[in-house]
Amino acid sequence: MLDALLVHRLHFAYTVTFHYLFPQLTMGLALLMLILKTLALQSGDEHYNSAARFWAHIFGINFAMGVVTGIPMEFQFGTNWAQFSRAAGGVIGQPLAMEGVFSFFLESSFLGLFLFGEKRLGPRGHWWAACMVFLGSWLSGYFIIATDAWMQYPVAYRLGSHGEIILASFWGLLLNPWAIWQYAHNMSGAVITAAFVMAAVGAFYLLTKQFLAHGKTFVRVGVIAGLIASLFQLIPSGDAQGRMLAEHQPVTLAAMEGVFETQRGAPIALVGQPDLQNRRLDNPLVVPRMLSFLTYRRWMSEVKGLDAFPQQDWPDNIPLLYYSYHIMVGLGTIFIAIMVLSAWKLRKGTLYVSRGMLWALMLSLPFPYIANTAGWMTAEIGRQPWLIYGLMRTQAGVSPQVSSGNVWFTLIGFMGMYTVLSILFLFLVYRVIERGPLASSSQPEARTA
Amino acid sequence: MQTVWFCLVAIMIAMYVVLDGFDLGAGAIHLLVARDESERQQVIRSIGPVWDGNEVWLLAAGGTLYFAFPALYASSFSGFYLPLMIVLWLLILRGAAVEFRGHVASAVWVNFWDIVFAGASFLLAGFYGAALGNVVRGVPLNQQGYFFEALWTNFRLGPNTGVLDWYTIIVGVTALVTLMLHGALWVALKTEGPVRDRSRRLARGLWWAILALTIVLTGITFKIQPEVPTNLSTRPWGYLFPAVALVGLGGMAWFSRKQDEIKSFLASCTYIVGMLTSAVFGLYPLVLPASTNPAYSLTIDNAKADDYGLRVGLAWWIIGMVLVTGYTIYVYRSFAGKVKIGDSEKGY
Repeated sequence: MLDALLVHRLHFAYTVTFHYLFPQLTMGLALLMLILKTLALQSGDEHYNSAARFWAHIFGINFAMGVVTGIPMEFQFGTNWAQFSRAAGGVIGQPLAMEGVFSFFLESSFLGLFLFGEKRLGPRGHWWAACMVFLGSWLSGYFIIATDAWMQYPVAYRLGSHGEIILASFWGLLLNPWAIWQYAHNMSGAVITAAFVMAAVGAFYLLTKQFLAHGKTFVRVGVIAGLIASLFQLIPSGDAQGRMLAEHQPVTLAAMEGVFETQRGAPIALVGQPDLQNRRLDNPLVVPRMLSFLTYRRWMSEVKGLDAFPQQDWPDNIPLLYYSYHIMVGLGTIFIAIMVLSAWKLRKGTLYVSRGMLWALMLSLPFPYIANTAGWMTAEIGRQPWLIYGLMRTQAGVSPQVSSGNVWFTLIGFMGMYTVLSILFLFLVYRVIERGPLASSSQPEARTA
Repeated sequence: MQTVWFCLVAIMIAMYVVLDGFDLGAGAIHLLVARDESERQQVIRSIGPVWDGNEVWLLAAGGTLYFAFPALYASSFSGFYLPLMIVLWLLILRGAAVEFRGHVASAVWVNFWDIVFAGASFLLAGFYGAALGNVVRGVPLNQQGYFFEALWTNFRLGPNTGVLDWYTIIVGVTALVTLMLHGALWVALKTEGPVRDRSRRLARGLWWAILALTIVLTGITFKIQPEVPTNLSTRPWGYLFPAVALVGLGGMAWFSRKQDEIKSFLASCTYIVGMLTSAVFGLYPLVLPASTNPAYSLTIDNAKADDYGLRVGLAWWIIGMVLVTGYTIYVYRSFAGKVKIGDSEKGY
């Protein structure tokens, strides 16, 4: 059974990781496009409209990828995690169904109008469509976060006579305190991705000396949004997440930080490899007492180590959890450095000619994707060995009748399918970037006629 | 409360089948009615701005089923593991085909996606029918309420059924023909010139096929799932549903002859709704009959979520649906009228 469990987990991990590469850009870009449309509406400058149209092209392709890879996620709760769904569906089905009813319809209706209806709608109407696309995608994000937050920190439920989990308070579920900070952290992560992508494309245009006016706009909007979002990512959202973790999932915090022994004045490890055999961190590079301070705001407070918890409650893949967390935090720190430096040069007026900084912005493009993925891995591997924290073990949630052979079959199928989709996506987006913002007509697909 | 949700989920599924049905049908007949590039663009553009919104009904219906009847969701989705995954792959391919086809003006690229689009639509329509056939026929549920079906076993009925057996194949073919007809009427409504003429001719032929299949399928279903005739005889007002289907069937023939394309299409919607509601009514209160032991069947009572959740859900569901109706009408009105040949705008 363990074998099948592992494949079920890989199946979900693979499909959800691939899926989330797209919504993070969708959600972040929805905000940045709205900013461009607002600038256009305020200034009446056609330049911002053509900039928005260019990003709408990429948004459209990205959105389609998000939709087609998103449908399998909802299905998999039933197909691969049937016992979990049967027990908890009455609770987490609520936000999932609300996502369908409230956000998907909104998004899909107004996206069509946003992509194909600029002339028909007029400037104000088109701005309004951009607003609705933004609202739909951000609402969708909230419902998914509320679902995950409930699995991390179950609230507003009671147990029925057959062990089923019953919803006790609708607003308690939707306004789960965990969901609010997780949402803030996740959405600013999405804005970081979009900001870096926009700045990278702008930097590419400036470095290759084409579409200079648009290149400057993209760099400027990307850097300002990226600066705000990457600072917000650390304080308050990341910090608040960490302290919630210390309170409600202390064993996860210990595993993430590689703290094996309970101690006062715990140091924070910047580098090091967790050694589970000897229960220590190899080759550690630490800042003394920092972990105690960050967690409890007192230099000498006690931080619980893994030794304070029974081993059966430890996350089952501590090294992967540790590295995911450190990659997320390390990259987040680098993002702040890049954006602060770029913003400083932008203010001085030298950013557009600073080749080194533009190169750095251009080459940073993949890293927000890695950081967002690592962040989600931290959250979900950190939740193990629980499917619903403290309530249901992961092994108790799988579909009892679906064998590992069948799961391998579909996992391999998804791998093949997603490889093809990745190639298509990169090809199509590259073509849009190569053509540039001036080629964008108001009818994105018109040129095939 | 569970009966209310049973009806609401049924309505959402019916909405999905009626709406995504016409774009699936249009896909399934794509290569038959459109011969050259400009004709094919007509077909694609007739569904371009709406197919994605139509597919959202699947997600919304799935989500609603999940929270209202979690045990049904868990059993049926894990039991139909393989066919559902194949459906997902087809949905992915089809979505990619519609969205990506127009991005590169190359004959190789466009032809490839046309074939993918048509093939995936064709198979999806058939698979949805087979799925419905499985639910009506019953599945080998165990005492814990789970089952797993292979794609096929020996194609016979009995204790060891696969997803495909002769009965579910007949339902699949019926669904395919129904949606092809539905799609042909949509394409005829939304296009002009040769595509419209071919769609109308195709629809006339398919109408005779669907007449024959409806009669055959009804007869067999009454034998295979005795719950259906029993329900009809104990609650005779239920004959209303098959009557709706018959009205739709007659309406299609009548309005097609009068060349009233809107009414023919609406008649096809009526037929689909009539057939689906007849099946659902015939099963009520079962939601997934067990072929192993009737006591293991899932019903609206043993599959439902707690009442509090269902009550709260009703409040937001109604608000949500009012909003959805608003956007849907707005989008379809923005997109009213025929798609012209060589029209360079995509729908607007």
